[in-house]
Amino acid sequence: MAYALQQLINGVSLGMIYGLIAVGYTMVYGIIGMINFAHGDVFMVGAFVSLITVLLLGIGGGAAGPGALLLVLLAAMAVTALYGWTVERVAYRPLRGSFRLAPLISAIGMSILLQNYVQVAQGARVKPTGTLVPGGVTLMQSEGFNVQFSYVQMLICVVTLGVLAGFTLLVTRTPLGRAMRACEQDRKMAALLGIDTDRIISLTFVIGAALAAVAGCMYLLRYGVIDFYIGFLAGVKAFTAAVLGGIGSLPGAVLGGLLIGLIETFWSAYFSAQYKDVAAFSILILTLVFMPTGLLGRQEVEKV
Amino acid sequence: MKPAAALRDAALAALVAFGLFAPLVGLRTEVAEGGLALRGRWDDVAWLCLLAFLGRFALMALAGRRLHVSVPAWLHRASRYAVPCCLGLVVVLPWLPFVERYELDLGILVLTYVMLGWGLNIVVGLAGLLDLGYVAFYAVGAYSYALLSLSFGLSFWVCLPLAGILAAFAGVLLGFPVLRLRGDYLAIVTLAFGEIIRVVLTNWVSLTGGPNGLSGIPRPGLFGLAFTSEEGGFADFFGLEYDPVHRVIFLYYLILGLALLTNWVTLRLRRQPLGRAWEALREDEIACRALGINVTVTKLTAFAIGAMFAGFAGSFFATRQAFISPESFTFIESAIILAIVVLGGMGSQLGVAIAALLLIGGTELFRDLAEWRMLIFGAAMVVIMVVRPRGLVGTRTPSIALGERRAIGGNYVSEGH
Repeated sequence: MAYALQQLINGVSLGMIYGLIAVGYTMVYGIIGMINFAHGDVFMVGAFVSLITVLLLGIGGGAAGPGALLLVLLAAMAVTALYGWTVERVAYRPLRGSFRLAPLISAIGMSILLQNYVQVAQGARVKPTGTLVPGGVTLMQSEGFNVQFSYVQMLICVVTLGVLAGFTLLVTRTPLGRAMRACEQDRKMAALLGIDTDRIISLTFVIGAALAAVAGCMYLLRYGVIDFYIGFLAGVKAFTAAVLGGIGSLPGAVLGGLLIGLIETFWSAYFSAQYKDVAAFSILILTLVFMPTGLLGRQEVEKV
Repeated sequence: MKPAAALRDAALAALVAFGLFAPLVGLRTEVAEGGLALRGRWDDVAWLCLLAFLGRFALMALAGRRLHVSVPAWLHRASRYAVPCCLGLVVVLPWLPFVERYELDLGILVLTYVMLGWGLNIVVGLAGLLDLGYVAFYAVGAYSYALLSLSFGLSFWVCLPLAGILAAFAGVLLGFPVLRLRGDYLAIVTLAFGEIIRVVLTNWVSLTGGPNGLSGIPRPGLFGLAFTSEEGGFADFFGLEYDPVHRVIFLYYLILGLALLTNWVTLRLRRQPLGRAWEALREDEIACRALGINVTVTKLTAFAIGAMFAGFAGSFFATRQAFISPESFTFIESAIILAIVVLGGMGSQLGVAIAALLLIGGTELFRDLAEWRMLIFGAAMVVIMVVRPRGLVGTRTPSIALGERRAIGGNYVSEGH
């Protein structure tokens, strides 16, 4: 029981990270109907910028105050958002209206480019930072097993929920959010009604990248070790989450992220840690085969 | 565009470049005593910003000016002989005076990718099914050969068809669940399938040796003649002086033969009902169903035949390296093969060969810059796609034509599901 509760806490905090990345996938897919393959690597860039800011502020290796952490988060979001904007501008915008495979290949190229760029710029070795937010609360104790809810996990839950609440307000209450939803429903019609669709798409990438940066920062705080390759696996799993929740649906992405995080954690706790990736991928395949629209997705109508 | 506006735009580009590169290039994290430390590299950032400024300015200056390159008539006439000439060159390559061991190895590598590209072209280019997990079948072929020959002592020539059949079986296995999926969903499921195969290969240690892989895979012989210096070997039988290059030349012709087989089968199939059904499926699935084409069988055969050629290529890879490990079958390989097919121009056999030569041979030029190689590779993928979204070869030859067979523009061909 205690063991299961601990796994639940671990799974939810991991799932929050996946959910944040998944929102970026689902937003881009909703608006321009492409898989932004480079999004996982944008998340990785976010983690690296967080690491560099941590070192710049000189808080590596020890406990960090809330002010410093906020600064790290904001810096990561700003720089990563710029990366998101540039990726869209350079690799995707020239291909808009082109045939469908071209942006996909361009995105794969961008993913390879970003990965190797960070490898060249920052070196291939893993970067350990040590624990930045130590300590935690012991929730319960049974049979000599402590259920820990660490401060990092609390921070992840609070920050993620806060960011997602702000994001939901942005999408549902502001003119920008309305324009984004309009573009998602019908880009051509939105353009006819005077919405600058190019600008909205750019902003979508910027917001998606900023959310990925939050995820990257949280990942760094939680695991304390990053390398240039973390983006690929996290990206594929977050995409799985987006598909599981129903691609195009924002609550679905968060729900899918939580489910994937829980499944992965429980699978490694009770069955086999080596095959946890197989579990995540199998769920992706099963979802698509039996429920192609995901949990909260809309039914697609086949037109001739 | 006015120079002032262009200058302002270029300055903005430089500013963006500063924002991008200042944190990640300007400050390098390094492992130092007691944790990580930062080292400034501001001169590199300055160079990158200058590069962005000049690059953007040049782009703005060239914008609106179309480059017109007219092909002279004699070149157009000569292009008809280009394919036979290239083929002839490829066949005599091992006997050319300047070709050494290194060039031969590079040739084998490029031909392997040409074969994989042609194999994937059946699935992506002809049937229009986007497959991002093609490397899984390559892995199935390689491990089939390695395991069959290591455990049962079967020879390469017996294992080759078996590996192809097993890979085709894996293709059908993947094909069944994805029959109803299209487009990006199909891509992501095939990607997941490829990753599952790789994770299983890594973790099933008792069968596959896990991350350490399998080594000591037997080399193939020519009609029972082994390429060794011993008596009864190839050199001894023909009364030649023993030279390790003999085997490399043999492998070169082996992969050339396999690649040409792939091409020949593809070209023949395109004229048969099955190949026509593939192309019809790519153009319009609903129309296919309405005309009574069995969509399930058509899709499964495309997956199976594409996978079979990957299986052949995989067993060739295993026998050439004599060592395989899951590291050779990562997602990046699938991405490279798909990039070869799309960059070459989907459905164009010649384009695939050119793209394989450019991408694999081209990045080999940068082999001394180990880390930079893939960086340049990724950048090249983006640039080629942005400049030529329809691939390097912009024309396609229709499979059937009324009257004269004429090349048509690539954009008249649908890209499938």
